[in-house]
This record gives sequence, structure tokens and C-alpha cells, in this order.
Amino acid sequence: MSDEHIISIQGVSKEFAGVKAVNDVDLGIRRGEFFSLLGPSGCGKTTLLRMLAGFESPTRGEIFIDEQAMSAIPPHQRPVNMVFQSYAIFPHLDVRGNIAFGMRKSGLSKSEVNARVEEMLEMIKLPGYASRGATQLSGGERQRVALARALIKEPKVLLLDEPLGALDKKLREQMQLELRALQKRVGITFVFVTHDQEEALTMSDRVAVMSKGRVLQVEGPMGLYERPTTRFVADFIGTMNFFGGTVREAANGTASIDAGPLGQVRAATQDEAFTVGAEIVVAIRPEKLRLTFEAPGPAVNVAEGRMGPAAYLGDRSHLYVHLTGRDEPVAVAMQNEGRSAVGIDQTDQPVWLSWADDAIVLLPDE
Amino acid sequence: MSASWTQKRDRFGGLGVYTVIYLAFIYGPVLVLPIFSFNDSIYVAFPLKGFTFQWYEDMINNPGMLAALMNSLKVGGTVAVLSTILGTLAAKAVTRYRMPGRGPVVGFIMLPLVIPEIIMGIALLVMASTGGIPLSLLTIGVGHMLLCVPFAMVIMISRLEGFDKSLEEAGLDLGETPWCVFWRVTFPLVLPGLVASLMLTFTISFDEFILAFFLAGTDVTLPVFIWSQLRFPQKLPGVLALGATILTVTFIMITFAEWFRQRGDQLRKVS
Ligand SMILES: Nc1ncnc2c1ncn2[C@@H]1O[C@H](COP(=O)(O)OP(=O)(O)OP(=O)(O)O)[C@@H](O)[C@H]1O
Ligand SMILES: [Mg+2]
Repeated sequence: MSDEHIISIQGVSKEFAGVKAVNDVDLGIRRGEFFSLLGPSGCGKTTLLRMLAGFESPTRGEIFIDEQAMSAIPPHQRPVNMVFQSYAIFPHLDVRGNIAFGMRKSGLSKSEVNARVEEMLEMIKLPGYASRGATQLSGGERQRVALARALIKEPKVLLLDEPLGALDKKLREQMQLELRALQKRVGITFVFVTHDQEEALTMSDRVAVMSKGRVLQVEGPMGLYERPTTRFVADFIGTMNFFGGTVREAANGTASIDAGPLGQVRAATQDEAFTVGAEIVVAIRPEKLRLTFEAPGPAVNVAEGRMGPAAYLGDRSHLYVHLTGRDEPVAVAMQNEGRSAVGIDQTDQPVWLSWADDAIVLLPDE
Repeated sequence: MSASWTQKRDRFGGLGVYTVIYLAFIYGPVLVLPIFSFNDSIYVAFPLKGFTFQWYEDMINNPGMLAALMNSLKVGGTVAVLSTILGTLAAKAVTRYRMPGRGPVVGFIMLPLVIPEIIMGIALLVMASTGGIPLSLLTIGVGHMLLCVPFAMVIMISRLEGFDKSLEEAGLDLGETPWCVFWRVTFPLVLPGLVASLMLTFTISFDEFILAFFLAGTDVTLPVFIWSQLRFPQKLPGVLALGATILTVTFIMITFAEWFRQRGDQLRKVS
């Protein structure tokens, strides 16, 4: 355990009646970072977060917060606070009562607490809301009150379980920016649960991608997008085209792969040892494919196909190209630079795809 | 077409007449009670004679009636408190924890709601006499508990089901001990349900006749006492005075309970 980690999760599993909700997770969360737990519904994000808060106890393993083992510490004594998905605003109290709820044992006088509440209201941009009833708040306002109620306690770690899930898209994007700015300002470690990959990438310093109770990869947003290490992560984050391939040659950090419809491709191998003859997965993102209606000049990485259906999305179009020897069309993203979208209504035209050497990601065949 | 429909509905039609008849049918007889309680005649018949407080004096000077009233208040109060406590605990178990056999258990607790009281009365009487248990207010109270716990449980289940469990967790998360969370979060939120349950169970016990009739020893409750008085015509106006008094008190209590319930509903809309 290094002391750059405020939270250290060591070999933690949680079983509910034989179902492994969280399966042997090891994770270190750094002091002051914005850390996200990302994964599809039911992958165990909430369960892991609730174990940090103390509402569930691990079946196996141990959680350390600030170097202190948590197994014997009940929720009300942990140095963490939580923003619940439903916000859990106390309906029988007004905004002040909600925000000051946890300050009873703070040792501050009533007027000092009120001053702190006013400060918090200022921070969440709801000044003058102190005596509003909880019933009179909109979804976005409740979310902010829940945030203030937790932050007034000055926790070492703030846990957030899909706090933006109930908001509409515009408000959600605004709150993403505000939350991120707030985190940088107060310097508290945030552990943020979401199933929205875009949200995780925009907000986080690092993201842990979870699937079926396991953590598959922990990395910064760019690393996760550009260098996924498993097919699941590559697929879950953004869009990806996958091809089966066989290694033909591997030396000096590059490999030559027979990738069926893509022909012979060359790619940088990361650290993995790819042995000649091994079956692997070749993956490439839609925006890294270049589409042309004429054969490109002499280039190594080129494949010929026919135009399939296309989807116009305004700023860009998603074009689908049929390559011979492959049923599933290949997705290509095209920036709409001019005012007439390229590739729309050109079904069955012959087209060429080309790409750079470093555009290709090699993944183990699972 | 649709215009004529709405016009028709605006007029005072058959439905309005029905409503008036219905209300008169329900409240007419009840209103006769206070009227005759001030009527200066032992015969309950129109035309009214004169105005008198005599029957209220009779009521106050009738030790048997007052004793029965006290018995009813005692039994009703105890039954209300105990059945609300038991009903709340059962409701909490049913709504909070996943337990095996939950369906059948709830079914058995609810069963007294549909068993005819006369059957229950006979069964309890047989039990008491074979077990050598003397009949008293206690046996009446036990019988009333059987009736009241299901009602208390139904009220509290509906209250707890609309209760977001994360509210209690939020209380813990903000540094309060489970005991303090109970008093600062859970209790204020279930209070309207508790009040409703106390009032309903008290009322059920207070006017219950059949079980009380079977299970009473020498001390009787008010309904049993009133029934015994009906054989003597001259006692009837005193019973009317008592009825009018109870009606007034009940009206005040129900108004209060309704106010409380509406307040609770407003709170629930948020959670
Ligand atoms: N109290 C519980 N009892 C039994 N099973 C549970 C319990 N809590 C969670 N589970 C199971 O554990 C698994 C993980 O649940 P969890 O709530 O952690 O998922 P999640 O990643 O938060 O999903 P979502 O995005 O839908 O909120 C699920 O299969 C769920 O059914
Ligand atoms: Mg969840």
C-alpha cells in the first residue's frame, strides 16, 4: 500500500446468495483524483461503492481508507460521504435542515453552522434557498443540496452513485462541468459511479471499467480509448470494428497480421508477446479509417469494398462499408466538412479504406 | 355530441338526487341521536317535546355506564398502542427484509380480517374455558388484538413501502448512530402512519361488540353495556346522550387525523 492511495481495495469480493456481485477486485484510488467506476448495468458498481460507504461488508478482502482498515468501522464513523442516486433528501426538513443534518456533532455553534450552510449554498449556486422546503426543489436543485449536505462534512472521499442519471441532457452536461470544477476546487477525492462512458471520459482523471463484478482496466480517459487491453473495454468505450486475425510475423515491436478482409495489416505491438501463428483480434475505430472513392496511392494499409447504408448525424456521418469476405459492415466516421455530406445516397459505389499503422489495436482473442 | 354531453353533466341530474338521498340515509339517523338527547321525553319519537339536559345528568350519574366507558377506554388505548407496535414491527420486517415464507406469514396475520367475528368469539371462548382462563378485560383485549394487528400492519406497510430506504442510509452516512437516525429520520417520517394506526385500532376496539360480548367477565365494555340497557326503555335517552358525546369527540378526532394524513401525504410526495 503506498500512501499516494487514499483508498486501497485489496482482493475484495461480495456475494449475494451465491451471486458474485463483486469478484476479487484490487484497486488503488489516488489522493485528490476524480475516479470513475464505469460499467454496464449489474456489473457491481453500486455494490463496490456501498462497501466503501460501509452499507455492505465484503465477503472476502479488505478495504483501507487513509491507511485504516475499514472492516470493523460502521458507516457513521467512516471518513467518507455519499451522494445517493435518489438524492435521499430528507422530506421533513428544509434545505438548511438537510445541509446541516450531519453537523450536530461538529462542535460548531448554531450560528457557525448556519454560516457554513450559507457558504455551501453559495458554492452550489443556490443562495437564499435555506428555508425552502425539500418538497419545493427541482431535480437539479436536489442534486446540489445532496452534494452540499455531503461536502459540508469535509469528507476525505466523496462517493457519488450515478448522481446525474435523473437529469435531462443539457442540465446533465452543465452539472458534469460544475462537478468537475468543484472537485478541483475543494480537492476532495471523488469516486463517481456511472454507466455512461462519455460522462466517465469527460469528467475523470482515471476510470476503472467493470464487467461482471471484475475490474478489467484502470486508466486515464485517453489510454482507455486509445489502448484498450480487452475486447470488452474496446467495445464498451466508443465504437470499434473488430476483425479476426492470425499473426504472421512479429519482431521489434511491430507485427504483421493476416486480418482476412483487411488483408495484411501491420501494427505496433504493445508489450504483449504475440507468437507467430497465434489467433488475435484486430480492432480499429471508425474515425481512424479514411474513405475514398478512388484507390489511394501506394500504401500498405488499404482495403477495397462497396458503400453500404449511411447515417447522417449533422456534424459527421456514420458510413457502413461492405468488405468482401465479411458479413458485418465496417463502420467509418466521416467529418462533414462541406455542406453536402459525403457518402450519403451512394450505396454500392466502390470505395477504398485506408489507415495509418498506429491506428490498429491488437487484442487477445478471448 | 360532446358539447351536449358536458351540458347534461353540468345540470343537477339524477346523480345529484342520488347523492342527496345517499347522504341523508347515512347521516340522517346519526343526527337523530343528538336531537333526541336534548328531548324532554323518555320516548324516542316525534314530535319533539321540550329541551332538557336531564339525560346528560343521567349519564354522568350512572356509575355503571361510566365504568363501562372507562373499561372501553382502557382496553381501546392498550390495544391501540400494542397492536400499533406489533403491526409496525411486522410491517418493517415484511418491507425491509427478504425472508423465506413471507407470503404465508403475512397471509396468516391478515386472516382475522376475513374470519367472521362470531366464529372467532366462540373459538376464543372455548379456548379460555378449556384453558381455565377467567374472562376479564384482559381476554377482551387479547381478542381485540387479533382484529387490530392486521389493520395496523396494513397501514404501516403502505407507509413504509413509500419510504426510500436510502433516507436512513443517508442519515448513517452523515455520521448519526442508528439510534439517532431512527429518531431524526425514521420516526418523523412514519409518524403520520403511527397516528392513523393508533386512531383506527382504538376505534375498532372501542365499538367492537361480538368479541367483547363473548369474552367479557364481570367488567363489560361500553357496547356490551349499552346493549344490556336497551331492555329498559327509560334508560334509552341516557344512552343517546352518551352516543351524542362520543359522536362529537369522534368527529374532532377524525378531523385531526385527516389533517395529519394530508400532511403526511405531502411529505411522501417528495421521497
Ligand atoms: N442486496 C442484494 N441482494 C441480492 N443481490 C444483489 C443485491 N444488491 C445487488 N445485487 C446483485 O448484484 C449485482 C450487482 O449489482 P449492483 O447494484 O452493484 O450493479 P450496478 O453496477 O450498480 O448496476 P446499475 O448500473 O444497474 O445500478 C446484480 O446482479 C444485482 O442483482
Ligand atoms: Mg447501481
